[in-house]
Amino acid sequence: MMNNLIILPIILPAMIGAILVFFSKSQQIQRFISVIAMTAILIASIWLAIDVYNNGMRVIALGDWPIPYGIPLVADMFATVMVLLSAVIGVCCLFFAFRTIHPDRERFYFYPFYFFLIAGVNGTFLTGDLFNLFVFFEVTLLASYILIVHGSTAFQLRESFKYLAINVFSSMFFLVGIAYIYAATGTLNIADIGRRVAELEQDGVLNVIAVVLLFVFATKGALFPLYFWLPKSYTGPPAAISALFVGLLTKVGIYAIIRVFTVIFHHDLSFTHHFILVLAGLTMLFGVLGAVAQYDFKGILAYHSVSQVGYMVMGLGIFSPLALAGAIYFMVHHSIVKAALFLFSGVAEKITGSTDIRNMGGLLKTHPAFSWLFFITAMSLAGIPPLAGFFGKFSLIVPGLEETHYVVVAVSLFVGLLTLFSMMKIFSHSFWGRQKHSSTQANIKTGGLLITIAPLVVLTIVMGLAAEPIFFYLLDVAHEILDPSIYIESVLGE
Amino acid sequence: MKWKTNNLLFIHVTRVVSFLILAFSIYLFFAGHNDPGGGFIGGLMTASSILLLYLTFDKRKIDEMLPIDYVSLISAGLLIAFGTGFIGLFIGDPYLTQYFDYFTLPWIGEFELATAVLFDVGIYLGVAASALVIILTIAGDQ
Repeated sequence: MMNNLIILPIILPAMIGAILVFFSKSQQIQRFISVIAMTAILIASIWLAIDVYNNGMRVIALGDWPIPYGIPLVADMFATVMVLLSAVIGVCCLFFAFRTIHPDRERFYFYPFYFFLIAGVNGTFLTGDLFNLFVFFEVTLLASYILIVHGSTAFQLRESFKYLAINVFSSMFFLVGIAYIYAATGTLNIADIGRRVAELEQDGVLNVIAVVLLFVFATKGALFPLYFWLPKSYTGPPAAISALFVGLLTKVGIYAIIRVFTVIFHHDLSFTHHFILVLAGLTMLFGVLGAVAQYDFKGILAYHSVSQVGYMVMGLGIFSPLALAGAIYFMVHHSIVKAALFLFSGVAEKITGSTDIRNMGGLLKTHPAFSWLFFITAMSLAGIPPLAGFFGKFSLIVPGLEETHYVVVAVSLFVGLLTLFSMMKIFSHSFWGRQKHSSTQANIKTGGLLITIAPLVVLTIVMGLAAEPIFFYLLDVAHEILDPSIYIESVLGE
Repeated sequence: MKWKTNNLLFIHVTRVVSFLILAFSIYLFFAGHNDPGGGFIGGLMTASSILLLYLTFDKRKIDEMLPIDYVSLISAGLLIAFGTGFIGLFIGDPYLTQYFDYFTLPWIGEFELATAVLFDVGIYLGVAASALVIILTIAGDQ
């Protein structure tokens, strides 16, 4: 019975999304229901995380069909961390959306698709079946297509078309990859695939399948050289939606990479994980170079999130317990900090009416609270101790040196420097210098918006100060991931 | 939909055929429990019969005849489908577990009642309504 707890983070947002469609004309009712629902999802996620931490992995076979024939939902510690993260980001972005989303958007099904997106994201985290993973990817993507084009400005229409094209293309490849893997192993249950792949001869076919799936997830997660769609399509929609996307959507791709390359493809490390490590280095470098060249507030942030995807994947490429713990820590840290920064860009846009940092200036004088909150978050992203970003990078660089991956460590340090540089570029352009916004704009109150972002800023400080206990927890998670037999045995019930 | 058709033959054939299609779609829906068919294909077929009415008669006339908000119908379908899954939850089985039993009534004879049919009703409504929403939205675009 307790196992049914797993479905709550998926079914709650899905049902709430469907219910909200009925109330699309009433702003108040929609807001009221979504606040209650989001809180319920947060509570369910916390409950699930605590339960899995205390009692071990939870598995549920939907419809009571025996595994591996039925579709299981699997909540291990890694999945519950991600579900909890999605609930936290979801709550903050929702409250921010209340204050910034145009009423017209609210009438045109903004909230239903917000919840469908969360349902899809939680589904990808919790599913234990490769085809089901594809289905939840599609649920997430369908909701994201709509949220990205919502409001239909010319820019949004152009960029969302590219986003749609690239994602439909990679979804097709996902199906091809699933067909390959079904041909090779005869099953779609991730745990069962893991068990059968271990029994197979490790030949070229498996590496081909690995690369096809890596291609798919790398497209969704924006790895080099498939990141080109991300910066533009994330700068189009309003800040609340961009923040939700950057906090959750790319993480879905990275989560799938980590899941698949620890449970299924972990036998030919010198090929797959070395390949991943090279991609990680290139992603970091090219992402940050893009950010350095930008002058758009959101554009800089979007290129940064490409660059930082590299760090997360670097942890998987190094493939040691500390590195994986670091990768998960970095995913959590990055979602929180980057969502906060995107929301800050929305605040700056509200004050100055622009997202170009060359049109901003002197915000520090007129909006000190906003400026300092931004500064803390930006420093956390750049990796200044004692904030969370430092421990994220530290825990990736130390195992990188231990495992003698010197090149990628050097790249990541260099990228860290450029990250700091471009964060300071935002700060010196928009917050220092001559005031460029009018005195009426200077009087715009931002307190209500900042309160919705403050929990994220507090979280990044707490994650930095409490890095030690968090890392003890994450090392447990990493050990669980690195030993796929735990996952396989608890799903297949042996 | 602006165009007006005044084709007598078309109108008279549609009056009969659309109801035949509708009846067949309902047959397909119930056949789906044990044979090919089911909520998805039944829903598509229902949508096609209603669409034929839209093609033949004016959009305004059909809207008067069927005052249904298809968007709400989609979410009603979703809610029925999701909600059916909860039946198992309250009994203590996993989500989406299905139950069925056989009953015998006078006149009708033995028949089967299954919760899977309720789930299928949700799918049927969702599919029929979304097909209609998609086509009517594209057709209604100026």
